Amino acid sequence: MSVSARMMLVLTVVGVFSGLSLVYMDKYAEPYIALHKKEAVREAIDKVLPGVDKVEEVHRDETVIYRALDSSGKLLGYAFLAEGPGYQGKIQLMVGVAPDLRRLTGMEVLESVETPGLGAKITESSFEEQFRGLEAVPAVGYVKAGRKPAPNEITAITGATISSASVVRIVNEGLNEVRRVVRAGPPDCETEATIKWKGGKK
Amino acid sequence: MERREEVSRRPWYQEYLKGLWEENPIFRMLLGMCPTLAVTTSALNGLSMGLATTFVLTSTSLVVSIIRKLVPGQVRIATFTVIIATFVTVADLFLKAKFPAISKALGPYVPLIVVNCFILGRQEVFASKNPTGRSILDALGVGSGFIFALTLLGSIRELLGSGEVFGHEVIPGWHPWVVMILPAGAFLTLGFLVAAMNAIERTK
Repeated sequence: MSVSARMMLVLTVVGVFSGLSLVYMDKYAEPYIALHKKEAVREAIDKVLPGVDKVEEVHRDETVIYRALDSSGKLLGYAFLAEGPGYQGKIQLMVGVAPDLRRLTGMEVLESVETPGLGAKITESSFEEQFRGLEAVPAVGYVKAGRKPAPNEITAITGATISSASVVRIVNEGLNEVRRVVRAGPPDCETEATIKWKGGKK
Repeated sequence: MERREEVSRRPWYQEYLKGLWEENPIFRMLLGMCPTLAVTTSALNGLSMGLATTFVLTSTSLVVSIIRKLVPGQVRIATFTVIIATFVTVADLFLKAKFPAISKALGPYVPLIVVNCFILGRQEVFASKNPTGRSILDALGVGSGFIFALTLLGSIRELLGSGEVFGHEVIPGWHPWVVMILPAGAFLTLGFLVAAMNAIERTK
């Protein structure tokens, strides 16, 4: 066999084997990965809207918001994913808001790459807890450490004002989007999927 | 176009042991620096990265040493790369499916194992010229050396950066040196470790 024929043959065989094993591996891994994603979302909703029993996914345009119901079927509030740039890279948050859209019920940082020891403190509960019960009208704001925050303001982390301000900005942007979707009224809101939850706290 | 076989003549156990010290990929050859510096923010991250890389290296060496006589020299690099990339994707999907927390901590550095130079290096230098048994021992040796280096680096950085090792508190009340978790800490720790290794080597 000539050398070029052998080159083609070897590369083809290796490529086919590689492709087949990747298809097999992907088939194996895909359901697990989807499950982890769903669980991560569910856990985050649980943290920002305590007492949630059932979650409905509402899709509208590009936006996905989660309607959270308690065990009696009453609307507890809405949760949404929001993301934007922080000091060093993308910050992704799960935010919970009361049904009247005027008060936050909680905030959880899902992804961030802020400076360890400074900006990374946005993931600590002392920072996240400030968003629980925070007024969100007309918008969320922040003050530097040492000053007294208004009911709609949080205290920024010392030495990490940009990271703190980024979180506030991302929350506000997400909130505006959710207000737009919810105010557009239920007829347009389409419930496409309900995430099943085993119910109750772990 | 056959490439000449250059079978190694070391005793078989040396094939494994040389990777730990004399040919340690990090401390002696200074290869694969990118994952080494980037992921060793904690001992667990270092260990997981080491294990994933060793899996890719050993599987690739196994396949390459089996097919070494069939692959024409002109396309050997392309062939090795396809095989490495396949195993890297397998490792990445497996971590995502079974260990999502580790996969998230390592981020893009798992897919980047594909460009780890000592994996391709071992194929070129060793697995493409040696029988399967020796190639696996060689891969396991270099892999173990990599695991050892990354875990040591991660442990030191985690210890000084947060007073913990593998998430367990070691020095109670330690005031963390944030710099150790930052990129600069990686360079500092690696520099001191390589210096220490050279000092030990010199006293021999």
